Amino acid sequence: MPAPLLRAIDIHKSYDQTEVLKGIDLEVYQGQVVALIGSSGSGKTTFLRCVNLLEEYQQGEIDLDGQPIGYRMANGRRQRLSERAVSAQRARIGFVFQSFNLFPHMTAEQNVMLGLTKVRGMASGEARERARSWLDRVGLSQRRDHYPYQLSGGQQQRVAIARAVAMEPRLVLFDEVTSALDPELVAEVLGVMQDLAKSGMTMIVVSHEMLFVRDVADRVVFMDGGRIVQEGPPAQVFKNPESERLRAFLGRFHGLFGA
Amino acid sequence: MIAYQFNWSVIWRNMDAFLHGLALGLGLAVVSLLLGCVIGLACAFARTSRIKWLDWPVWLYVEFIRNTPLLLLIIFVYFGLPQMGVYGLDKIESFVLTLTLYAGAYMCEVFRTGLASMPNQYREAAKAIGLTPWQRQRYVVLPVMFRITLPAVSNNLISLFKDTSLAAAIAVPELTFTARQVNANTFRVFEVWITASVLYLAASYVIAFGLRQVERRYASVR
Repeated sequence: MPAPLLRAIDIHKSYDQTEVLKGIDLEVYQGQVVALIGSSGSGKTTFLRCVNLLEEYQQGEIDLDGQPIGYRMANGRRQRLSERAVSAQRARIGFVFQSFNLFPHMTAEQNVMLGLTKVRGMASGEARERARSWLDRVGLSQRRDHYPYQLSGGQQQRVAIARAVAMEPRLVLFDEVTSALDPELVAEVLGVMQDLAKSGMTMIVVSHEMLFVRDVADRVVFMDGGRIVQEGPPAQVFKNPESERLRAFLGRFHGLFGA
Repeated sequence: MIAYQFNWSVIWRNMDAFLHGLALGLGLAVVSLLLGCVIGLACAFARTSRIKWLDWPVWLYVEFIRNTPLLLLIIFVYFGLPQMGVYGLDKIESFVLTLTLYAGAYMCEVFRTGLASMPNQYREAAKAIGLTPWQRQRYVVLPVMFRITLPAVSNNLISLFKDTSLAAAIAVPELTFTARQVNANTFRVFEVWITASVLYLAASYVIAFGLRQVERRYASVR
């Protein structure tokens, strides 16, 4: 087995007195799609944000390609890297938000181009070409000159996905990316994600779309109360929930899994 | 009561002076606004930064300016600075300095609320694609804030333009001062002040109209 692309070791995070992550260990291999499931408040989103260094955590280590990110040890003490250094590391990890977060003053194409020109240092012609090809891939070549407010939620989210993957990150994190969408717009976004998964993109997906998780994920990780309770291939996790919490959680999805 | 006989020829003969006064007032307002925006931006970042000791001097400046009559500030700077050993500012420079400090305090509040009202999600998205802290400000925070605050900045420009009439107090030859001069020379009270009012009104209206077009152009931020 090759070394994991991403490895999280014993991640602990607290807000004041409340510990929200109580020791998360997770390995993600190149090309894998890992789904994080669990009820709200279980720590899925918080963990995802820790991976992209949008949240600080007090203990543990996250390695990307075998190198620790976000923090370093100096004289036996754990130090956060400078914001500049952290920025460079974030550029290697894509993040797609629940609320799209497109830059409102830029067109779809400019949204995708910004990181390419300013972070990757591409010439604008090359960046535009790449932005167009990704917008094309997510089905929005007709919308590239539109501003976010002129796009539907599903279209905005597809632009956001194009913005993340155009950077050619090592992996992409998806944080409940369909939760803010009208039901009829969910499918177009999931379709894009499925396409990415097939093309070999490494992905960590926080999602409540259990059918998508079942069909697309290589591994499902069930979190509860800041811990990983069970993980494994979808068929195994959904068929043989080992804990009462997981059984109760899956039971909410209307007997989708024959429960 | 004697019936007032209008005589507009006085106005036509002095139209050049009126228009010069108007142009000067506009120029003073625009320059002060631009310089005030620089001060305001710096102050807004100072007040929202994590550096605590920057906060209270800026707060003091803003509160002092906003709670003091502008006319008093104008007179104080023009007559007071030489008393304190600062020479070399003519009346126009002195007035621009005052109006800039005045505009800076108001712009500080405009930009501060602009920064505060900006949804954090844009900053996070900028972080997530790997922009450095400076790049986030340059390419995301400032352009979005500029669009959010544009209507307030427009209103301030019109206020500042009208406030330039106070420069008459230190004999800056803008529109109000010019009107007073013409009035003193001709005693055509109604003609003179009606003309001045119409010019102020027309100019303010044109500025407002122009700025509304600019706002529409940048309306992508809702």
